[in-house]
Amino acid sequence: MHSALPQLPSRRRLVVGAAALGGLATLGLAGCATGGPSIGRVVVVGGGFGGTTAARYLKLWGGNVDVTLVERNASFVSCPISNLVIGGYRQMADITRGYEGLQALGVKVVQGDVTAIDAAAKKVRLAGGSELAYDRLVVSPGIDFLWEQVGGLQAAVDAGTVVHSWKAGPQTVALRRQLEAMPDGGVVAIAIPKVPYRCPPGPYERACMVASYLKTAKPKSKLLVLDANPEVQSKKALFEKAFKDHYAGILEYRPNAELKEVSGKVAKLEFEDVKPDVLNAIPPQRAADIARSAGLVNINNRWAGVNWLTMESTAVPGIHVLGDATFPAALMPKSGHMANQHAKVAAAAIIELLKGQPVNATPVVMNTCYSFVTARDVIHVASVHQYDAAEKTFKTVPGSGGVSAAANQIEGRYALSWAQNIWDDMLGT
Amino acid sequence: MTFPIPRRLAGLAALLTLASAPALAQQANLARNLAATCANCHGTTGNAKGDMKPLAGVSAEKIVAMVADYKSGAQPATIMHQIAKGYTDEQIRLVAGYFAAQKATR
Repeated sequence: MHSALPQLPSRRRLVVGAAALGGLATLGLAGCATGGPSIGRVVVVGGGFGGTTAARYLKLWGGNVDVTLVERNASFVSCPISNLVIGGYRQMADITRGYEGLQALGVKVVQGDVTAIDAAAKKVRLAGGSELAYDRLVVSPGIDFLWEQVGGLQAAVDAGTVVHSWKAGPQTVALRRQLEAMPDGGVVAIAIPKVPYRCPPGPYERACMVASYLKTAKPKSKLLVLDANPEVQSKKALFEKAFKDHYAGILEYRPNAELKEVSGKVAKLEFEDVKPDVLNAIPPQRAADIARSAGLVNINNRWAGVNWLTMESTAVPGIHVLGDATFPAALMPKSGHMANQHAKVAAAAIIELLKGQPVNATPVVMNTCYSFVTARDVIHVASVHQYDAAEKTFKTVPGSGGVSAAANQIEGRYALSWAQNIWDDMLGT
Repeated sequence: MTFPIPRRLAGLAALLTLASAPALAQQANLARNLAATCANCHGTTGNAKGDMKPLAGVSAEKIVAMVADYKSGAQPATIMHQIAKGYTDEQIRLVAGYFAAQKATR
């Protein structure tokens, strides 16, 4: 039957095999082991792609791990697919999910803000003063913004004049409303920061979605894409083709156009001022505030270094950092998909560490990012990263990975299925 | 005498009998961890929604053959030919054994 596997078991092997399978339940392979004392307390800070996946897989694989997830928002809102909301092709309800699936698995979900981490005492403090003790801490906080790099931007975003829309939620809605309110013949500008930032293809997908909306609803309008980088940073040829094939006359792409300052809705570049009707300025980014205040940020004063076998911080023992906040391995993108993969490495390692057993010495992570270039046509970039023991980092496998041959509607369906499957994989059902 | 092993687990059981107990546990976890790298698209334990291919309960030999065809190019694909090339044949065998042993719930 399994020609690629060892031969059909002999009688003797089957008996041993049955004993082996009996042991699998205690290994967690058979699912959620229950009963018996807790093997440890894990607190997870952040209910995004990384944190939810860590919480869920600690339960699926660890059985009796006491898991508490702390998240400041009541629901999860997905950044992936949020550009479709901005384009008018999806609603907020389509990208919003609750945490009930995690609660059903036994994860304690606490809505709150973590204000401090005491790594020596192994305690997390929440706004309001309550504390959570942990044996291992997972910090998956995402990004915050380097406001100081663009003068006036924070004030303009706070005033609601300018939107960043780089964290899904009210900012997503705000950009959509501004696009809807803009008269035909108006100008929209999207400012892209220098790399590294969260979701490398995201700004270009957003440009396509905004241009697609303008093309159908407000065809006299223009979109200026002001890129601080010298060229498109992901799926370059495919995005350039989409800009030309679908949005010529609407979308103007300007490389090396770094946003220096914002005043009202005026975007000040090095040599000129741009005065759009709608300004979506994506700020430069760093690991989120809690990573910084906890002392986890130890690379370029911006990102958190990790041990890739465990995702444990290289700055503070006992704390595992996931997702966009980490300083990535070479060619490893800051994506929700990758945060989910980080979380699985961390969950497996934390369970072994709590049990005092060796961690997996050969982890693998992979990434897939789908981007919509029209309401239906999608392009992807994919990569597979194997752990390199000699260099103690993940490296992409030569010859693997790549991008779509061309934008296509089949991948449009895959992109939406990807979202359904990864949301289920993180949050349960 | 009857053996209390579901048919879908026989392949995994056979695989596991080749190893010693601690190595066996490590290999089972390795298979589980590797298969979890597929779950983002193919669903937790291979129970996929929508247009993604479900893998739960699919025979190991079929999964191994599918991936081999993606790797060689015999089976054209949008993305799987690129992803398949990132895994070793041994890793694919472990992943296939894991998914074959999972229950299809959809």
